[in-house]
Amino acid sequence: MGKLYTKSSKEEQLKHMNPKKETVQFLLNYSKALRIGEYQTMKFESLLN
Amino acid sequence: MDNSKATDASLVRAYLKGNENSLSILINRHQHRIYSFIYSKVFDKDIAEDVFQDTFIKVINTLKRGKYNEEGKFLPWVMRIAHNLIIDHFRRNKRMPKFENNGDFNIFSVLSDGELNIETQIIKDQIECDVQELIKELPEDQLEVLTMRIYKDMSFKEISERTGVSINTALGRMRYALINLRKIIEKHNLILTN
Repeated sequence: MGKLYTKSSKEEQLKHMNPKKETVQFLLNYSKALRIGEYQTMKFESLLN
Repeated sequence: MDNSKATDASLVRAYLKGNENSLSILINRHQHRIYSFIYSKVFDKDIAEDVFQDTFIKVINTLKRGKYNEEGKFLPWVMRIAHNLIIDHFRRNKRMPKFENNGDFNIFSVLSDGELNIETQIIKDQIECDVQELIKELPEDQLEVLTMRIYKDMSFKEISERTGVSINTALGRMRYALINLRKIIEKHNLILTN
């Protein structure tokens, strides 16, 4: 069978695009580690990693 | 309750109450749309990955700080953050254009720092030293013109005034000086290249 040398269209490529699993995992870990502390009107961020 | 079918709003509420799994569902639900939106603007997987990450870091920070208002819907809100970060990215790039090596072509193969390395500097010094010795073999009038032109950087007009000959004579002497210099180099079997 003849080979196809054409590239799939940009729309076609976009259909299968997702961020890396590591990126998503990083975000979930970041969320778990992030604590926002409040003192009076101030808010403090802390990363408990 | 089956969380995978819950609305975005209820997942956000659950997340705000400390249910971290809700965030995972929200990301999984919308990651494709958000990521492909970013990629369609930046056309670079690494940059898209960075912008996607920054977008959700902003989302997480805003949610945890309790600054999210539920008036808008979750996805359009996240898309707007992504959109703003894409604009930031292009603004930054405009200020500081970045050249990316993409394998086929390496910018450093055409860019050099213009400085000689130690080895070529030594060779250059040696060649200059050799040439200074060789020109001593030239006839006096040719040596005089060549020295003025090359080492004193004088124009042929200045040389003609200084030596009291016409410009054409000075040009001729320079020409013969170079021809003779080549002959001397050949006679001594020297290779004067860097």
